[in-house]
Amino acid sequence: MSDMTIKKVLFEPVANNNPIALQILGICSALAVTTSLQLSLVMAAAVCLVTAFSSMSISMIRNHIPSSIRIIVQMTIIASLVIVVDQLLQAFAYELSKKLSVFVGLIITNCIVMGRAEAFAMKNGPIMSFVDGIGNGLGYGAVLIAVAVVRELLGSGSLFGIEILATVNNGGWYQPNGLLLLPPSAFFIIGLIIWGLRSWKTDQKEAPDYKMKAHVTKEAF
Amino acid sequence: MSSNQESIQKTVIVALLLCLVCSIIVAASVVLLRPIQEKNKALNLKVNILAAAGMLKEGSTPEEIESTFARITPKLVDLDSGEFVSPEVVGLTNAIDYDQKKAAKNPKLSDVLDGDKDIASIKRREKYAKVYLVEESGTIKTIIVPMHGYGLWSTLYGFVALESDANTVAGLGFYQHAETPGLGGEVDNPKWKGQWPGKKIYNLEEGSDPVIELVKGGVDLTRDDAIYGVDGLSGATLTSRGVTNLLQFWLGENGFQKFLNRIREGA
Repeated sequence: MSDMTIKKVLFEPVANNNPIALQILGICSALAVTTSLQLSLVMAAAVCLVTAFSSMSISMIRNHIPSSIRIIVQMTIIASLVIVVDQLLQAFAYELSKKLSVFVGLIITNCIVMGRAEAFAMKNGPIMSFVDGIGNGLGYGAVLIAVAVVRELLGSGSLFGIEILATVNNGGWYQPNGLLLLPPSAFFIIGLIIWGLRSWKTDQKEAPDYKMKAHVTKEAF
Repeated sequence: MSSNQESIQKTVIVALLLCLVCSIIVAASVVLLRPIQEKNKALNLKVNILAAAGMLKEGSTPEEIESTFARITPKLVDLDSGEFVSPEVVGLTNAIDYDQKKAAKNPKLSDVLDGDKDIASIKRREKYAKVYLVEESGTIKTIIVPMHGYGLWSTLYGFVALESDANTVAGLGFYQHAETPGLGGEVDNPKWKGQWPGKKIYNLEEGSDPVIELVKGGVDLTRDDAIYGVDGLSGATLTSRGVTNLLQFWLGENGFQKFLNRIREGA
């Protein structure tokens, strides 16, 4: 990849190489926190920061990491950063950190962070790695926000907790769709997003793993 | 990568250095941010006590919360006898300093619960509990009692506030839990919490055990016992069951039942 520019590295993961839609990473937290837009934004920012700084630190010491322990070195750096982010949230955004509860800690297991460390930061310089981390965080955040808008608007009739569609419970006309508050709904929405994205950018379509052969012998009646 | 890169010596040095740097960063962030976090936690606790008692105005500043909280008196209660005790039994001069959570883990200040009594799955119960009273001209107006118990993933910590009859709920809230956001985490939903005021804990004509419970599928308001039921949380059967269990435990014979009986008798 000789034609790497900052702009390309930053925006490529948003649409062309989206970590959720194309690489199918980080689905778990995308299911969990997308019931409200506010939580999704904080989560996206946290993942952005962790990915960017972990990629940068790993890239800085990439020539000194013995390959036998590289995964554990990456994990240690990522875990430390996640703890720092968690502590910062508890200190300066206590209410939000209570709502995000375990999911901040679970950024450690978010495959995006690890995936970028292994796939990009181990081979590129610190600045590019930092930008790549931000870019992937943005790609993750974009999907998260898209899912959260649909889920919060149709699931609870509000955005950022402010009522948009007056719900029946509050004397309005909108009957909230409870399914959208449950995790499976995020699967449907992410599925639709992937479908839309791949219809738009047809080069993202994967070739089928195998083709079924036509029946040649009569096996059943 | 050169062969030198992969030597055992180099591997050990890199691992040690990395651990050292990371532990310094983590330790520094924890230590430096702790005072702010403790303040948040203490304030959050007060906000929850006030919210449970329905004394919290929306958008209060920390100073307003402190001044409203000054109207509340913390007191220690011996759970076995149901009587108020002086903070000196736990070696303190002020009841507010009593840490009930720590006491529940201290073998000297707590008892192991038998399996059949331990409906809230808390394993140990402290001997003394800290209750908060709102008094107006010498009579008790609101009684706020702490409670905790296991939900689906976590122990839920919260308060329930009772009116002066020691039976009618004035409010309820949880200040610490790690239930699934959007499902069990809806115990924090203001709309759900709004159902609690006016509900009754005990059916005093029929017995002295708490009868309040969360009803799966919602409370049928046409029934006579609707006043003893609150809608269960949809999609969170186990959290709902946990909330019912912890309420029945803490307001039952091993919890505050004796204490509340005494209040009701005007003792």
